[in-house]
Amino acid sequence: MSAPEALLPDALLPDALLPDALLKVAALTHLYGRRVGCRDVGFALWPGEVMGVVGESGSGKTTLLHCLSGMLAPSAGTVHYRTRTEGWQDIHRLPEARRRLLMRTDWGIVHQNPRDGLRLGVSAGANIGERLLAGGVRHYGRVRAEAEAWLGEVEIDRARLDDLPSRFSGGMLQRLQIARNLVTRPRLIFMDEPTGGLDVSVQARLLDLLRGLVRDLGLAAVIVTHDLAVVRLLAHRLMVMKEGAVVESGLTDQVLDDPRHPYTQLLVASVLQG
Amino acid sequence: MPAMIEVAGLTKSFTLHGQGGVRIPVFAGLGLSVAAGECLALDGPSGSGKSTLLRSLYANYRPDAGAIRVRHGDGVVDMMTAPPHQILAVRRATIGYVSQFLRVIPRVPALAVVAEPLRVLGVELAVAERRAARLLARLRIPERLWTLAPATFSGGEQQRINLARGFIAGSPILLLDEPTASLDHANRLTVIELICAAKQAGTAVVGIFHDREVRDAVADRVFDMSRARDAA
Repeated sequence: MSAPEALLPDALLPDALLPDALLKVAALTHLYGRRVGCRDVGFALWPGEVMGVVGESGSGKTTLLHCLSGMLAPSAGTVHYRTRTEGWQDIHRLPEARRRLLMRTDWGIVHQNPRDGLRLGVSAGANIGERLLAGGVRHYGRVRAEAEAWLGEVEIDRARLDDLPSRFSGGMLQRLQIARNLVTRPRLIFMDEPTGGLDVSVQARLLDLLRGLVRDLGLAAVIVTHDLAVVRLLAHRLMVMKEGAVVESGLTDQVLDDPRHPYTQLLVASVLQG
Repeated sequence: MPAMIEVAGLTKSFTLHGQGGVRIPVFAGLGLSVAAGECLALDGPSGSGKSTLLRSLYANYRPDAGAIRVRHGDGVVDMMTAPPHQILAVRRATIGYVSQFLRVIPRVPALAVVAEPLRVLGVELAVAERRAARLLARLRIPERLWTLAPATFSGGEQQRINLARGFIAGSPILLLDEPTASLDHANRLTVIELICAAKQAGTAVVGIFHDREVRDAVADRVFDMSRARDAA
């Protein structure tokens, strides 16, 4: 292979070298007035790949995630997504209705606060089933069976199917939100601190579940988290953010085992050994 | 025999920003070549950079300069310049790496941990698990442990899980970091057999073997780290 091309950031590689990517991000920037949310972020993501994003609070992780997932219009830069039927589309130039449809069917978005990603006024089963119905499934029995199966997958008692989420604990709400997102078998999922606030045993189960979906169904994911242990087990690749910019990126084990940037070294050195 | 790994001009140092930016050179201008079916043993005292070199070959560490050309399928990939996506593909299909420590998701049973490298290659569950079971039996992991998560296993058991995981996919290149450090005599012999069988099948092996018996049994050549270190 020729070195000069490989040295380019992968978002800049010619299309011919990126035959199967699912997401291409270039020079993505978001400003809040004069304050930088995120700046000049670029990468490409393939099916079956998990990209971790770490950095301290206020480093721009969540802003980046919102720009990537279409929830926030960037000040500059592009997010291209390879759709099932219409090839590459700049998601921020899609008509609102098309983008919404993608978000409900092709993508999953797991919010840091599960209350932002759930409808608290309808049952747990309805929360999971809603995305199936939005995706065109009409058979009520199937929707209910799928909802029940996904409750089991995230280790919520199936007897809680008809309960309102307002009666659930924080950890259960997070698991319900994840089930709601996974039920449509999305191709791409965005997660903001998905395992924060979960018991460690449930966290392990969820990591295993996500790993299985990534491996067997080619699910791609972008995961924002504080937890380097979660990143180590789940993410293939990693971006380290500081003050809105990506200061270091690479394979997760490269960045964590051989960190180069002073901030990454500090981050890795600060982890408590369990 | 074609070279499976060719290293040229490899230089690696660590810069510790938290400690005044002190730079620690490990090796410089290092070159080596390993053919299919050959086993190269890295030799040198502790701290001479053996593990650092092994990790660099896996692209776990990122050297400062040089080339690490690896035969991958019909082509050659330079692990120093390949994009992350391609390095992942090389690791999946071409390079098996047995580290000294097992890092796995808690609660995942040993059998699934061992089968995983085959599963990511798309091998179906039943086939992958059958092969995992054979390797676990061969490495004398009692069957009652197969369905348990390895987190609570002894050091020697965890090492054997790691070995089974490293050998299961029949990778064309194997990197072994002290593969027999915590093993008893019978299991050391089994590991020697596994390495020799892999070589027979054409696998190129690079390893760190403190155990003389193991090294003498498997290594075709010894690479002396001190030469590359003096240059750094």
